[in-house]
Amino acid sequence: MNAALLALGGATPLRPPGPVPGVYQGAADVIAALMLLLEFGMLRQALVRDQVRLYAAQSAMISILAIVIAADRNLPDLYALAALSAALKVFAVPLVLRRLLGPPAVEETRGVAGSYTLSPASAVLASIVLAAFGFFCFGSLGVHSGEAPALALSIAGAMVFVAFVLMIVRRDVASQAIGFFSLENAISLASLVLAAELPLLLETAFLFDLLLAVVVFGMLIRAHHARAESLSTADLTRLRG
Amino acid sequence: MLGLILAILILPLAVAIASFLAPARVAAGITVASGIACFGLVLALIPHATAGATTYLSYLRADPLSCVFLLAIAFLYAAVAVYAAGYLKGRTGRYARRFYLGFNVFAWAMLAAPLMSSLALLWIAIEITTVVSALLVAIEDTDGAAEASWKYVLIASAGLGLGLLATIFIYYAGAQVLGAHSNLALQPLISAGSRLPKTPVRLAFLLAVLGYGTKVGLVPVHTWLPDAHSEAPTPVSAMLSGALLATSFYAILRFYQVAAATLGSGFPRGTLLVFGIASLLLASLYVFGQRDVKRLLAYSSVEHMGILAIGVSFGAPIALAGVLLHVVAHAAAKGNAFMGAGVFTVKYRTKQMSAMRDGLRLLPWSGPLFLLSVLALSAFPPSGIFRSEFEIVAGGLGSGDYAAAAVLVVLVTIAFFGLVTSATSILLAPASGVLTAGEPSAWMVVPVLAGLAVLVLLGVHPPGELANLITQAAAQLRGAS
Repeated sequence: MNAALLALGGATPLRPPGPVPGVYQGAADVIAALMLLLEFGMLRQALVRDQVRLYAAQSAMISILAIVIAADRNLPDLYALAALSAALKVFAVPLVLRRLLGPPAVEETRGVAGSYTLSPASAVLASIVLAAFGFFCFGSLGVHSGEAPALALSIAGAMVFVAFVLMIVRRDVASQAIGFFSLENAISLASLVLAAELPLLLETAFLFDLLLAVVVFGMLIRAHHARAESLSTADLTRLRG
Repeated sequence: MLGLILAILILPLAVAIASFLAPARVAAGITVASGIACFGLVLALIPHATAGATTYLSYLRADPLSCVFLLAIAFLYAAVAVYAAGYLKGRTGRYARRFYLGFNVFAWAMLAAPLMSSLALLWIAIEITTVVSALLVAIEDTDGAAEASWKYVLIASAGLGLGLLATIFIYYAGAQVLGAHSNLALQPLISAGSRLPKTPVRLAFLLAVLGYGTKVGLVPVHTWLPDAHSEAPTPVSAMLSGALLATSFYAILRFYQVAAATLGSGFPRGTLLVFGIASLLLASLYVFGQRDVKRLLAYSSVEHMGILAIGVSFGAPIALAGVLLHVVAHAAAKGNAFMGAGVFTVKYRTKQMSAMRDGLRLLPWSGPLFLLSVLALSAFPPSGIFRSEFEIVAGGLGSGDYAAAAVLVVLVTIAFFGLVTSATSILLAPASGVLTAGEPSAWMVVPVLAGLAVLVLLGVHPPGELANLITQAAAQLRGAS
């Protein structure tokens, strides 16, 4: 048999397959990959309203992952966390953002549609390079345990970089806020992978803190719009040096 | 001791709510009372903390290191509360209510941060300082304030995102030794330091320096700082510079303790040296050519945070003691400088130094006090900053870091010339306008006098209790306790 394999594969014998990932590891890796794809989708979308939809979908993935981990590792606290996270990130944050954006027809006039500093293609290309950098950096750290799926952690690293690109390349306050919220999703993914057993009190406090941040982001976006009659950041160039 | 800690945690929050509901004059009065009371409570806490660190209710803790930072924050809270009573004279109604609500919550969050026993709660407290202070920066409702507050909240929140990632990696490292249900309490992490896995701790420390360093104002993640400091109301600028930067630096020091226990001090010290030198270099060059007096002082803050980072990187006991003295002295000196600059901006109705002239004559109290404050900030003896920087340099030379110590001295000297040149131009150059001599408010002079008295005291003969506190806190940083 080995001789046949050698004949088919050349001089190097085929390596035996690695251990099959369990339900949790497989689910975590798939969900992480979907989250990264959604992150790229946010980067590519010209309309902020579509970015908000993708953000809600990405946040839903986080809640699903929390449920999978809760079931797999018998951590009932995570069910509560999944519910809280969904209430906040799948429903409340997108609702607040949609209200700030107003009716779909006016998005063009608010200076937010397609507000790229780079062309979309260049932005996606740059984010692919940085995502690869983040992926391999986190992957090369060797931070893993028997329970923590290393691939999902590497993807979380890639997502951090793409979120930063999203914040940098878009010139409107709404997209920049979405970039920050997706950064928070990347950190939530890393947290679920590495620190699923973190006490519920602390996890809830993190979420409460995110809620505070959302409120403040919302207030500042509203104030900016009231002053500039636009959500664009193109005019925020007074303070230099 | 638990009673003192709870009082520090409850009082500013209660006053924040009360001041939102009360008329402006009452809000000013109770804020002053809260500031002074908190300072008194922190002073009362010091003997307990030096007698031994204790954790309460699982999540509260006071030790010498946390008390050093509490002292700086509480002193500035008290001083700036008095100053704000004069600064907000004539501003009543919605503005005053929002200001005092935000100001007291901001002070509360900064006082809470060093009292948290867990790195997770420390992160939460610092994140609360960000969201509250961003609203305070925006409160003036000008174009500049809107721009500065947006940049601040976005950059600082992104930085704190990295800080949260650092916290998660530390949790992961701790869970390998302490078990999965560890609550990120500091003392168990430090005690288990030598057994923690090295890679996650190394990554966590890097992320912490980068993440919390964003709030500290370390180069290259400092870009929000000059904007926010210059556009915020002056009392908020003083708190941002003197207290908030120190609070964030406190978080880095806590990560430093865990990292030093796990990796040895070489890696964390080297990291801080790089960020410290970069910050000091950029700031000492940028103080030249600044036209906005508050922006000038903001770059001075970047400079001083660089000095703190370099001081820790030296690692010698005297340098660490110098760093901790510098935290307290910088709070007093930078608070003073901003409060003095605020008097100038009220008097001349501009922040542009080119429009400020003849300050010594037109502001008979605040002019000389501003000059003395800038000199004290520039480490002119007998200021406490002179003593702290002297100790840091002595520590650098003592530990054999001659090049870094020499760079520190050269760059601090450059910054000194930049600061003093700008300050003397607004004080001594003859005025061409028709302003009459006089102070805007006595409330804006008294806290500066108190700050100068503290600076001289720290420089000439620090009280025994304080010296003991700093010695013990420095020993904590060295891992001796």
